[in-house]
Amino acid sequence: MKRLRSIGFSVVAAVLCIAVLWLATRLVVPKYDTGIVEGNLTAEYYQETTKHDVIFIGDCEVYETFSPITLWEKYGITSYIRGNAQQLMWQSYSMLEDTLRTEKPKVVVLGVIGMKYDTPQKETYNRMTLDGMRWSAAKVGAIEASRMPNESFVDYLFPLLRYHSRWSALTASDLKYLFTRPKLFNNGYYMRVDVKPATTVLVGKKLPDYDFGANAYQYLDRIVQLCKDDGIELILNKAPVIYPYWYPEWDKQMVDYAAAHGIAYYNFLAEKDAIGIDLSTDTYDAGLHLNLSGVEKLSTRLGAILSQDFGVPDRRSDATLAADYAKKVAFYDAMRDRQLAEIAQYGHVLGFGAPAQ
Amino acid sequence: MLFTSYAFVAFVAVVAVLYYVLPKKAQWPLLLLASYVFYFIAGPSFLIYITATVVSTWYAGLRIGRIGAAHAADAEAGKATRSKEDRKAVKAKAKAKAKAKQRAWLVACLLFNFGILAVVKYSNFAIFNVNSLLAAFGSPDKLSFLTIALPMGISFYTFKTMSYLIDLYRGKFPAERNVFRLALFTSFFPQLVQGPISRFDDLSKSLFEEHRFDRRVVLSGLQRILWGFFKKLVIADRILAGVTTLIKNPDQYTGAFVLVGMLFYALQLYADFTGGIDITIGISEMLGIKVAENFNAPFLSRNITDYWRRWHITMGTWFRDYIFYPMSVAQPMLRLSRWCREKLGEGFGKRVTVYMATIVTWFATGIWHGSSWNFIAWGLANGFVIILSHECEPLYKRFHARFHWKGKPAYTAFEVVRTVLLMSSIRLFDCYRDVPLTFRMFGTMFTTFNYGRLFDGTLLKIGLSGADYAVLGVGLAVLIGSRVVKDRTGDFRERLAAGPAWVRTAATFALILAILVLGAYGIGYDAKQFIYNQF
Repeated sequence: MKRLRSIGFSVVAAVLCIAVLWLATRLVVPKYDTGIVEGNLTAEYYQETTKHDVIFIGDCEVYETFSPITLWEKYGITSYIRGNAQQLMWQSYSMLEDTLRTEKPKVVVLGVIGMKYDTPQKETYNRMTLDGMRWSAAKVGAIEASRMPNESFVDYLFPLLRYHSRWSALTASDLKYLFTRPKLFNNGYYMRVDVKPATTVLVGKKLPDYDFGANAYQYLDRIVQLCKDDGIELILNKAPVIYPYWYPEWDKQMVDYAAAHGIAYYNFLAEKDAIGIDLSTDTYDAGLHLNLSGVEKLSTRLGAILSQDFGVPDRRSDATLAADYAKKVAFYDAMRDRQLAEIAQYGHVLGFGAPAQ
Repeated sequence: MLFTSYAFVAFVAVVAVLYYVLPKKAQWPLLLLASYVFYFIAGPSFLIYITATVVSTWYAGLRIGRIGAAHAADAEAGKATRSKEDRKAVKAKAKAKAKAKQRAWLVACLLFNFGILAVVKYSNFAIFNVNSLLAAFGSPDKLSFLTIALPMGISFYTFKTMSYLIDLYRGKFPAERNVFRLALFTSFFPQLVQGPISRFDDLSKSLFEEHRFDRRVVLSGLQRILWGFFKKLVIADRILAGVTTLIKNPDQYTGAFVLVGMLFYALQLYADFTGGIDITIGISEMLGIKVAENFNAPFLSRNITDYWRRWHITMGTWFRDYIFYPMSVAQPMLRLSRWCREKLGEGFGKRVTVYMATIVTWFATGIWHGSSWNFIAWGLANGFVIILSHECEPLYKRFHARFHWKGKPAYTAFEVVRTVLLMSSIRLFDCYRDVPLTFRMFGTMFTTFNYGRLFDGTLLKIGLSGADYAVLGVGLAVLIGSRVVKDRTGDFRERLAAGPAWVRTAATFALILAILVLGAYGIGYDAKQFIYNQF
């Protein structure tokens, strides 16, 4: 009996300790609900209740470049963007692996600007990309491939070890989002409606070597293979933005790679005039990212490609999907209207996701 | 492998599990293997140095032991054949001969091992001084510095093994015949980084005996480890940013900030060193091994002699037992003492040789800490203050005869504060880059009256935020509180062990949570090696 009580006490004590540590972890992990909201991109995907025919993979050249809502409204295409700030090729590979655990899209659209990086870049970007990912072999692989020298796998396993120092910087939103997450994106699209025209034409600095790195290529190969294995069409694309500079030498490598592997490659930067994108009105940060206007123009063009050339079906007749997307469209419109109202009132969009003051 | 790294925590956990899971006979060999793995990770080439020390000490020890045994056997054999007087004379002669042989082995081994220490630790210091002299005499020539990596813990393990050999020579215990057991005594991994400098007869019993798993012992060891992490991560590493800012910018932070830097450094060093020792003792305790305590509330000392009886106790006793005492009773010193007493009077003449031994001991203590003039000056300053306080003893006596304050709480508090300030002042030699700068900065405390700036927000711009000060305040309060509890009611862990299980569990978990949340570790903080590791 005494032994049983001792075991019972140990179990209760262990559960309590774990619960407190879990709560402490929930409290101190960044909520990314205002300002730098990109830290929520990965996690928001898991709130999806429906499957998608198209999955976008990449960095800001996908999540600030394509609008899944426009694709739905104009072509009835269901899509989701699994992109993150400075998402590196190995992270894109893991993100695709992670996606394929739960759904099988017909088409994967991959942004190729990530090819310019061959090694891990920044711990903060790694954390924003990987923290929200559900635990799986894909996440373990992504962490191992992404770790900077000062990073430890244990810090990912127990985020309290990484974020403990935030205890002195906690705000009300850390309590507000203790158990939930804010909804900030439109199927992975980061909306901005403001305009800041591109006024200069960027000329790329001469590089010592224009060849993409072996590590980046290795993961591109793995993405190609993954799509082949699952019978998924892969589309490579370059967004129609002028920063960072897209060298002709880089473009040629992608053209050659796509030809060699029998996959499609679209350089929308070269097509931007034909699409009607004008970087004096269609960018919110002088040519680094598109604003909503530019995104909708590009999405219209891509929608045509997807439906006509890749046979992605129109799902608007599916009642369940239509009901789901009706809510998404309403959220999309409300976000657009709120940002427009902020611009009208303050002259600029407030910190993204922050309430208007 | 830093003590505060995840790798070390995992390493200790694996070793502890294997230690109790494997057959008990395998316990000490497992520790030897773990210690060598630990050392290998620090630097594969370092294994050569430590192995050379182990093998040379073991062999010299065997020889010293055998000479002693042979002498004893000869004396026994001679008993039956000679007259009583003959036996006495022969015995004395044989003993002297044996002792001379033993001394030869001892000296050879000491020279060999201290030679290694001298070469790897002090070569570049010697070259620096030669170059400085050459430059002073206008010579353009310069000697090149050597690129020798300093093996981790060499000062500590050299002292441990040499104490083994000297004690063996003195006949305290028989020679250890098993080289692997001596290797474990030398390399026992928790002690390798920063001591304590255990004696063979103190450590060997619990190190080599078999230990059964005892939940209470393991938990108690774990609590001691956590207490060490609390001191290191919550206090020492948090105050580090402030200390670094204050002492690395001597032109900017003078006067009052030297005082603040001095006190901050004293707190950092205390929390860092005692924290590391707590981790060492805690790991050992978890494995059932008893390691000597190295501290006894040094900042409650009432004078410098008292302080050195409480701070880094094993180092202090090492220098006392192997340098100060032997030097004090060496024949040349006794002759010198006689001469001094004749020439300088009985009182002062008697003290001269003691002071000489004190100076030599503190010079050695200083240079043991590091190969720079700062450490030598620090050691000599300690020796000087000790001598001065001895010389002032009659004054103290007269003072206390007149004012009966001794033992009263207020006067005791004054003595404690005075000792803290004095010892912290001497520690300034650790802080600034050279001796002249240290004196200059010390001087500014009395010549630059900027004490008002302590309250103008400057202290919030030295790398410490309000939150950091709050944590440090709480940490300091916990340190002091724990000592008060210990003084009033005995060992805190023993009380916890005797109390209800939920209190024990809650206290342990609260400590874990405090370390995890309030500790200065991980990304954004520099992983810092323990300060004493560099000695």
